[in-house]
Amino acid sequence: MARNLVALAAGLIFGLGLAISEMVSPLKVKAFLDVAGDWDPSLILVMGSAVVVSFVAFRLILRRPQPVLDLKFDIPTRRDIDGRLVGGAVVFGVGWGLVGLCPGPALSGLVYGNIESFVFVGAMLVGLAIGPRLVTLIGAPPVASATPG
Amino acid sequence: MENFTPISALVGGSLIGLSAALLFALNGRLAGISGILAGLMPPARQDATWRVMFVVGLIVGTGVWLAATGRPVVAFDVGWPVIVGGGVLTGIGTRIGAGCTSGHGVCGLARSSPRSLVATVTFVGVGGLTVFIARHVMGV
Repeated sequence: MARNLVALAAGLIFGLGLAISEMVSPLKVKAFLDVAGDWDPSLILVMGSAVVVSFVAFRLILRRPQPVLDLKFDIPTRRDIDGRLVGGAVVFGVGWGLVGLCPGPALSGLVYGNIESFVFVGAMLVGLAIGPRLVTLIGAPPVASATPG
Repeated sequence: MENFTPISALVGGSLIGLSAALLFALNGRLAGISGILAGLMPPARQDATWRVMFVVGLIVGTGVWLAATGRPVVAFDVGWPVIVGGGVLTGIGTRIGAGCTSGHGVCGLARSSPRSLVATVTFVGVGGLTVFIARHVMGV
């Protein structure tokens, strides 16, 4: 119960941050990505200040053996750079550049009630669901190479 | 650069960092939106409730600011095929690449993760290239 309320509060603050920083606007994000156009560097300050605050906070938090309301910190442990990581980032980058929405603003922007937002989120959920299956497809040994010649 | 909004960017970004700190300190979870969503994909896991609560908060948080200020304006400059294609690519890419702007770009960089640095440089670079090609080469 307490953990769910924390998640709700964290979501609220995050959504407020996306609105105040205007990152919920696809055209604002595209104006950052459009270096050759009328460039808007705001996104650097958004990401930069978010990183600075969480960088300091994470170090203080990790002095504790465990989070306040749970048994352990849920942190990824991998440090290797592989094709999935880079390939996924490339595919995401294309989607982000095309529309100007990443997952957070896509969800929080639903409150505007635009049909575009709902269609984008629906398509994104499909992508999230089929992603692992696509990797299996690509990762599987090609049938053609099994037969010599 | 007349559309540059440094103050609201710093305030909003700090709130995003505060949100990530809160979720990590109390629940031990990273505020990566695509990761939070991925945990809701089938097969459904035990911990769906907090993920749904976070998403509800996200929508309400933006709604509160919108209701109070009427800002910011949200508009799209692309057609339906691009909206659908961009959405699918965003879902696939963040699932395969294990993170998005918040998971890699904020939490991952804050944890000094080399994977997140590579991912962030990659999706920002490719995002910039995509906008360049769409706007300045193809002229859409």
